[in-house]
Amino acid sequence: MMAHMKKSPWVIHYDGSSCNGCDIEVLASLAPHYDIERFGIIHTGNPKHADILLITGSINEQNIEVVKNIYSQMPKPRAVVAIGICALSGGVFRECYNVQGGVDKVLPVDVHVPGCAARPESIIDGIVKATAILEEKKKKMSEEKAKKEVE
Amino acid sequence: MNLLYGLAYILAAPALGGLTVGLDRIITARMQGRVGPPLLQPFYDVAKLFEKEKAVVARSQNLFVLAYVVFMAFTGMLFFSGGDFLLVIFALTLSHIFLVLGAYSANSPYSFIGAERELIQIMAFEPMILLAASGMYLVTKSFYISDIVRTQVPLVLLLPGLFLGLLYVLPIKLRKSPFDLSTSHHAHQEIVKGITTEFSGSTLGRVEIAHWYETVLLLGFVYLFFSFNPLLALIAVALTYVLELFIDNNYTRFKWALALKSAWLVALVLGMGNIALLWYYMKGL
Repeated sequence: MMAHMKKSPWVIHYDGSSCNGCDIEVLASLAPHYDIERFGIIHTGNPKHADILLITGSINEQNIEVVKNIYSQMPKPRAVVAIGICALSGGVFRECYNVQGGVDKVLPVDVHVPGCAARPESIIDGIVKATAILEEKKKKMSEEKAKKEVE
Repeated sequence: MNLLYGLAYILAAPALGGLTVGLDRIITARMQGRVGPPLLQPFYDVAKLFEKEKAVVARSQNLFVLAYVVFMAFTGMLFFSGGDFLLVIFALTLSHIFLVLGAYSANSPYSFIGAERELIQIMAFEPMILLAASGMYLVTKSFYISDIVRTQVPLVLLLPGLFLGLLYVLPIKLRKSPFDLSTSHHAHQEIVKGITTEFSGSTLGRVEIAHWYETVLLLGFVYLFFSFNPLLALIAVALTYVLELFIDNNYTRFKWALALKSAWLVALVLGMGNIALLWYYMKGL
């Protein structure tokens, strides 16, 4: 019963303040050459269908609400993967007046994928790591539900 | 009428349809030079969807989507138990109307556009399939599937125009390019996800199960044209599906007006043309 979360992670991607390099690598890892559909991963454009949110680039004043909005529309269990140095800490944009910093300023990040730009191999590795976290989250959800029913 | 076949359909169609979709994804991947997902991937996807949080935009959408699945299964049961072909066609339309209502019940521009496009797709599909039923009636003198399937006349040779027409409109219901306007398959996107945008979790899982039922039903339509030889019919069904995959991978999406116009034009020229020729031929005899 528990193994399906891991076998079918659907992703959605969002690019914050960045040079777009990591976003291009994300798209490269979603394209036929790396064939992430091998792992059952599908790229959805719809947060309501997605399990994993991939964010590249830093968080700025304008995209805080956008990122929160996308995350809040994803049904649980859900995971966030921050990709590239900008999504981790703000990177080269860190000192900009409008930049808040990494994704963890607004969302609970589950996996950090380093790199500038992050390589497709490490992005795929990050997504696969996130699937294990999804599985754990699902377990916690079921335990909490069981507890509530007992009470 | 043989209810046993109908019941067998209700039980076996989701497994058969799911496997067909799994094969579809592997063959599609190979056409693109990829390995593709495991064969059972569609089942993993739906199992996962049922494990997700039940986030509902409007409560009524669950009822409508449930009605969509139930009527889809009912339509297939009518078909496989040998019922009236016309009834099958209208029951199929009814089940899709429930899906459209489900999409309309959420207040979202994306699902609205998807729903409107679904209505256009129903409109594009309908004339061709009605003509196919009429053509089969002309030859077999019956609208009952049980009579049509028992005929020893090679329907495909008498109704080649109708068969080609059916091949043309089949991607509409299979949700494949060039007709995947209202929603699309795999990782394809169109206006977010069209009609299914506002469905998530188990509701989306039910939409997928209905699609498995429908896939088997549609391949049943193809089977009828070759029913004089069951083995040949099964081969024809498999080849038809691979052909639709080939088309899916080689065509971009049509605009809605082109989809509607071309589907009606095909129905008019190939469908009506075939029926008119057949009618004059039979009168001459």
